[in-house]
Amino acid sequence: MNGGHSLGRRRFTVPQRVLHWLMALCILAMLFIGVGMVSTVMPKYLTLVSIHKPLGIAILVLALVRLAVRLGYGAPSLPVDLPEPMKLAAHLSHYAFYVLMIGMPLIGWGMLSAAAYPVVLFGGVRLPAILPQSDSLHALLWDAHFYLAFAFFALILLHVAAALFHAFVRRDGVFEAMASVSIHDEVAPAE
Amino acid sequence: MPQPHRPPALSVFVSLVLIAVVIGAAAAAFGYTAGWLSPRRLTPDKMVAALTPPSGEPLGHRRNHAKGICFTGIFAANGAGSALSRAQVFTRGEYPVLGRFNLATADANAPDATVRVRGLGLRISTPDGQEWRTAMIDPPFFAVSTPQIFYELLRASASKDPDAIKTLAGAHPEIAAFGAWAKSAPWTGSYAEERFNSLNSFIFVDSSGAERAVRWSLLPVAQPVPVSPDDLAKRGPDFLEQEITQRVGSGPQHWTMAVTVANSGDPTADPSKAWPEDRRTVEVGTLTVQQIEAERDGPCRDINFDPTVLPTGIRTSDDPFPAARSSAYARSYDLRTAEAKDYPRTTTGAKP
Repeated sequence: MNGGHSLGRRRFTVPQRVLHWLMALCILAMLFIGVGMVSTVMPKYLTLVSIHKPLGIAILVLALVRLAVRLGYGAPSLPVDLPEPMKLAAHLSHYAFYVLMIGMPLIGWGMLSAAAYPVVLFGGVRLPAILPQSDSLHALLWDAHFYLAFAFFALILLHVAAALFHAFVRRDGVFEAMASVSIHDEVAPAE
Repeated sequence: MPQPHRPPALSVFVSLVLIAVVIGAAAAAFGYTAGWLSPRRLTPDKMVAALTPPSGEPLGHRRNHAKGICFTGIFAANGAGSALSRAQVFTRGEYPVLGRFNLATADANAPDATVRVRGLGLRISTPDGQEWRTAMIDPPFFAVSTPQIFYELLRASASKDPDAIKTLAGAHPEIAAFGAWAKSAPWTGSYAEERFNSLNSFIFVDSSGAERAVRWSLLPVAQPVPVSPDDLAKRGPDFLEQEITQRVGSGPQHWTMAVTVANSGDPTADPSKAWPEDRRTVEVGTLTVQQIEAERDGPCRDINFDPTVLPTGIRTSDDPFPAARSSAYARSYDLRTAEAKDYPRTTTGAKP
């Protein structure tokens, strides 16, 4: 994502790192819950569904906050010696993550709306329908939600593999930009 | 500052192996959760597939209770239910209803007289934005005690082994009890003369937070008239739909909704076990069916009467069926909405 400039920052800002790891947890839980709930007829199905919906909305809210933070703070620059295809892959993957983080909850919400299911969160809070009832929309969004979930998980695996590659093989500081627990938001010297 | 330096080759190799292990483990955990490594897990896909009748999947239709007709009307609560549940639907008043009379068959073209079990799906909407959906049938108890046995019964029914059902019924006596009901219970010539039962138990929560296990029924106001199945067969393959259309056309039809409260120790988790007759029963209101519409273009067509869509004040109990039904109904809904072209509407343009 090109929005914002890092101005020599070597790490993501503390709010960005907190959001990243919090959302990583939420999204992984979400994908496992999703794929698990559609594979069972046992009573845990209802428990999983009742977590899936509010967690999806939580992810949507966090993703919008995160997008705003990202546009505000930008991201640390990638190492200059990183090959161009890897740089391109890094940038594209970030776009894909934001599209999925925001798109998947909206698709799920729209899918339930198109099926005229009530969308109920914890505490009986009911969300309005965001689409009219429609079998064709429901079918389309259901397919999208299903296949994009697997694409999302594949993207996460790729992301983790790339992160570990940076950490263990390239050792170029890219992993530390997000994994560091340091709260000192230092600027690279000699800028 | 991390210094970019080239690690020794073995270290790169070990690193790559480590990365592959991490990714492989994550993918395996995902696959396990999805059930790909558990071929014996009872999935909604398997349950729905097991429903497939010899005539093939009812494309565009519900995978079970495939034949039906829509109705709209009113639920008039008398207020008595408020002592049991804080759901607004029990507060004295009238609430709009959407429903569907149906036959418990996976064949959308089954002749009416060939289907023993009849059902009613209901959605009551209240001004607080909540909904109570329920799908009820006319036997007084269910054929099996768990979703797993239901699945096995479906498999046995489709089996080429002529003794498959007998073998299963030997292990599960409730199947024979249901068979005896099916053989002996009188048939009627009208949906309006049927008593429909939730069979599953749910928990009602009152305004003080007190919880009670309940089941509910719709008792017909119309007097049931027994008719032999042979006589019903002579009325034509769709007589139930024709009869209810005509009947409601000449006047609204009514059912009394009665809620039965379990005593402690009653079998709440097993819908194949009826509760004793003397249990406290509260009449909570009257269902009035005012209009019938064909399903093809009707308002019930794309509604999933998922029995776990419940207002605050009603929740699921330890009965495992509502969860299993919810997951299987959702699968059925996903399939049939994607098959709308196989069950085309006759009207064009916007739906009501």
